Amino acid sequence: MITPNYCGSAQGTQDKRVGVQYYALLRQQAARRHESLLTGARTPAELYEELKRRYSFSLPREALRVAVNTEFRGWSTPLVDGDEVVFIPPVSGG
Amino acid sequence: MPTFRVCRAPLELEALRAELVDPTCGAYATFEGWVRKCNDGEQVRGLTYEAFEPLAVREGERIVEEAVRDLGATHAACVHRVGDLAVGELAVWVGVSAPHRDEAFRACRYVIDEVKHRLPIWKKEHYLNGESGWVNCERCTRPAERAPTASGRRQHLHYGRR
Repeated sequence: MITPNYCGSAQGTQDKRVGVQYYALLRQQAARRHESLLTGARTPAELYEELKRRYSFSLPREALRVAVNTEFRGWSTPLVDGDEVVFIPPVSGG
Repeated sequence: MPTFRVCRAPLELEALRAELVDPTCGAYATFEGWVRKCNDGEQVRGLTYEAFEPLAVREGERIVEEAVRDLGATHAACVHRVGDLAVGELAVWVGVSAPHRDEAFRACRYVIDEVKHRLPIWKKEHYLNGESGWVNCERCTRPAERAPTASGRRQHLHYGRR
């Protein structure tokens, strides 16, 4: 069953609650800075693909980096309950 | 003092300089990045910088530490503005003190180059025609290219110019 706050495949026992923060273009396209969601995604890569579908993100995953719990991580890092995930669009500081 | 900071207010340059003074140093090099009024043929009226601050500070401190450890700087520091900036305002400042000018110039260059590639900071340009856009995300959509960093340890896909 799909609830408004549900994201991912219907594997109830494997679902975890993660926080996601959005910045720059992703914040604009998601129309939010942060959310807490239940997901069946096993990795940040799976989570991004789900959110990309949900919010119609224009950026392909290949253009992004990802941070989990305030450190850069690989896209295939296993997600665990309570993780804070930040998808990082192409940077433009300086 | 913290070696890397994200700052919402205009910078106090004399205070920043004073923190790098050292009697063993004969050289002091700085870099200032300013908001310019045109970019890629567009007339810019201002910028908004946004940062994922906890990671920007952590990664910024790593960059400054690398400049000291690997490039011979005695002291190094960097401050990046966030929020709304007008044309002409200072957006980023790097300062390095070292025994001699060669280390000072090289370390200063290293810090600004790495800051531009590695920090989770984003720039939104506001144009005179009323439009605006996130740089590297919206306006430049050439196929992604792989951009090697100076350290070669981290690679990041960028769209278009850097």
